[in-house]
Amino acid sequence: MPLHTVIIGVGNEYRGDDAAGLLVVRMLKVHEFPGVELVECSGDDSTVLLDLWKTAEHTILVDASCSGSPAGTITRFDPINAPVPRSTLTSSHAFSPTEAIELARQLGELPRSLAVYAIEGKNFAAGTILSPEVEQAARGVTRRVIADLQSFS
Amino acid sequence: MSKDIRTIKVDYLARVEGEGALYVKIKDKTVKDVKLKIMEPPRFFEAFLRGRNFDEAPDITARICGICPVAYQMSAIHAMEDAFGVHVEGQLRALRRLLYCGEWIESHVLHVYMLHAPDFLGYPDVMRMAQDYPEIVKRGLRMKKAGNAIVKLLGGREVHPINVRVGGFYRVPSRQEIASLVEQLQWGRDAALETVYWVAQFPFPDFEQDYEFVALRHPAEYPFNEGRLVSNKGLDIPVQEYDQHFVEEHIPYSSALHSHLKERGAYLTGPLARYNLNFDRLSPLAQETAREAGPGPECRNPFKSIIVRSLEILYAFDEALRIIEHYEMPDAPAVAIHPRAATGYACTEAPRGTLYHRYRLNEEGLILDAKIVPPTSQNQKRIEQDLWGYVAQAIDLPDDQLTWQCEQAIRNYDPCISCSTHFLTLHIERE
Repeated sequence: MPLHTVIIGVGNEYRGDDAAGLLVVRMLKVHEFPGVELVECSGDDSTVLLDLWKTAEHTILVDASCSGSPAGTITRFDPINAPVPRSTLTSSHAFSPTEAIELARQLGELPRSLAVYAIEGKNFAAGTILSPEVEQAARGVTRRVIADLQSFS
Repeated sequence: MSKDIRTIKVDYLARVEGEGALYVKIKDKTVKDVKLKIMEPPRFFEAFLRGRNFDEAPDITARICGICPVAYQMSAIHAMEDAFGVHVEGQLRALRRLLYCGEWIESHVLHVYMLHAPDFLGYPDVMRMAQDYPEIVKRGLRMKKAGNAIVKLLGGREVHPINVRVGGFYRVPSRQEIASLVEQLQWGRDAALETVYWVAQFPFPDFEQDYEFVALRHPAEYPFNEGRLVSNKGLDIPVQEYDQHFVEEHIPYSSALHSHLKERGAYLTGPLARYNLNFDRLSPLAQETAREAGPGPECRNPFKSIIVRSLEILYAFDEALRIIEHYEMPDAPAVAIHPRAATGYACTEAPRGTLYHRYRLNEEGLILDAKIVPPTSQNQKRIEQDLWGYVAQAIDLPDDQLTWQCEQAIRNYDPCISCSTHFLTLHIERE
């Protein structure tokens, strides 16, 4: 296991499939991973990411996505080598993870390594129930993250 | 469509269709319609809270907004204490004000540096601004971190604090722990002073409005948690009378409810309102800075709200240091609570304005019903009126420039798209 890895799940547990990232982190919490920090982040103020990954050897971020792909589709990005696809408009309220990553790039504060997993959602209405496809995808991402952790050592 | 009819549409939250949108109709160079739509998820939480125990309300409502969870917790806590006849005083009260200082710093700095300053300097976003002004952006991030440090120490973690409860806290810090914040906050106060002078130089459109400002007013303090609800046009009521004076109406084009004063209609809550109604309650340093660098004791231009937010950041650092200087660890982290059947009311000053909570409870302290009115939904009617006037002034601009200016104008109010979703919007090419 690496010196320090941080795994960040982003989402809102009261907006349906938006909780996908949080679900992955909660699934990982039942295991014991020495040297790994598991964090839940609402995504409203993603400037906190710049501090969370500052001392980490490896960073993994998990979030829901909305691209028009079938629900449950898993996509993996490497933002160190290419920008993450961004929203077309800036929110007047929240500062998103994609904005935080690009801000970190401008300031020279990207983490040493960063993998982003996106799980395609379909239902983002108010509520605490996730779509079955998203729940299944969260289990899939959990397995892939565990494989990533083993590859870091 | 006739060329004399123009329609401006802004979905300024692209993440979820229809969640936040602006619609402007112009005919023959006259504004005919302005509709602002902001989703109202607190309605979901009001239903979700029914049947829950009173002590769950702070944690549940904190999830309405990731930027201002402390505000929701404080309004919930004060409303429950109002219901149970409890009044928290002394160092526990001071710790609550200190916690709120932390949230104001976090929220206002995020807005000033990351969301609003780029507009005035001609950048589409802070990432582009950071290319030319990296040290200024880093200053903002470091200031924000100071606010986070307060919330983490008192709240137990930086986001969605877990250490607050009805009656006080689960754990209170020692004098030594709290003193560890001083150096960071002293730096933050100096940085806040630089921030006021920086934003005061921005170019501001001439756009003064005749607002009815509504905010809390306290006999001795710039308001956070307590006070009467007042306005500059005659309102002066205890918060328990909120429902007698403020009305919510359903708007057909929006899922949100629009608030207005029964007697006079639209009003504005938030930093401008607090500032105009409580200037004399700011610390001497904040007042002196406002006179030297800023708008002075009065400000009616919503574009200059960035200066007022910066002055509130300065006040929050100043007040935090004052509280820490006089802090003595209380004997107990909370006072005793005895639930009873009652209705409790509270208003506290979230960064964006007055946040109202009302709870009806049974004899066991279970929530029978809840009402939550966030500041942004209270401001919607007034924001629409302002946009109407602002678009009328800028009506000769091409559509793309006018659209961009409308988005900027909305950012004056720092609207809280509470309980937003935050998924990644992806454009994937498949070969």
